[in-house]
Amino acid sequence: MTAMTIALHGDIQVIVTRHFAAHPERVFVAHTDPALLARWMTGPDGWVMTHCQIDARPSGTMRCDWAPEGGGEGAFHLTAEFLAVEPHTRIVHVERMFLPDATPDNHVETTFAAYGAGTLLTMKMTLPDAATREIMLATGMEEGMEASYIRLEGQL
Amino acid sequence: MLDTTLLALSDPTRRAILSQLALGEASVNDLAKPFAISQPAISQHLKVLENAGLILRRIDGTRRPCRLAPAALSELDQWLAAFRRTMNLNYARLDALLAEDTPAKDPS
Repeated sequence: MTAMTIALHGDIQVIVTRHFAAHPERVFVAHTDPALLARWMTGPDGWVMTHCQIDARPSGTMRCDWAPEGGGEGAFHLTAEFLAVEPHTRIVHVERMFLPDATPDNHVETTFAAYGAGTLLTMKMTLPDAATREIMLATGMEEGMEASYIRLEGQL
Repeated sequence: MLDTTLLALSDPTRRAILSQLALGEASVNDLAKPFAISQPAISQHLKVLENAGLILRRIDGTRRPCRLAPAALSELDQWLAAFRRTMNLNYARLDALLAEDTPAKDPS
């Protein structure tokens, strides 16, 4: 499939796009059926989703737990509330990770659009403020520490 | 670790503290000066930053001066790369799942 894209929009948004060969209905169901989601949203290699609860309707909640494969330290979880669920086309939810303290709320709108025989998935993440996004997405791994400090100062 | 870092950075006072520390080591008193909040409140922020691995503290008599921990910010720089890698893995697994579970009602 076409490569994933990650783009910045405005000051506080990150937009991810990805094509899938399957129809929107099936991509949507893979995002809302807990048994299916637990099979693919497992994160980095070596991790498994140990629990997945999804009540995909407005005011419904979601909780996913991850743990290292074979056990060990570092288990964490995510909770979310659904704001809008339009079957097969759109999901809006607010999520945060617990590690164990909560990360800033991430407002996520996911749309599933027919694209040829498949689906164009667009995930728009909106973060609490520009500084949070800027620091999350600070790139330039090659620039070294000096650049990190300069960026850090520049946004304060 | 990375998300603990983001949590620590989500607060404007803590970001301001890091900015100050980017100029060099500082005492709790030095760090508290620009803010209209108490020294215990600053100490609480420092504890969050220390737990996130963003700052290091040493013991100097009764003082516990702070400085930036370079490794933590270097890790932060890699957030986007890690996010991209994780999402690529997730979506590759979703591709495989969608390819294997073709429901009968799909048009052929």
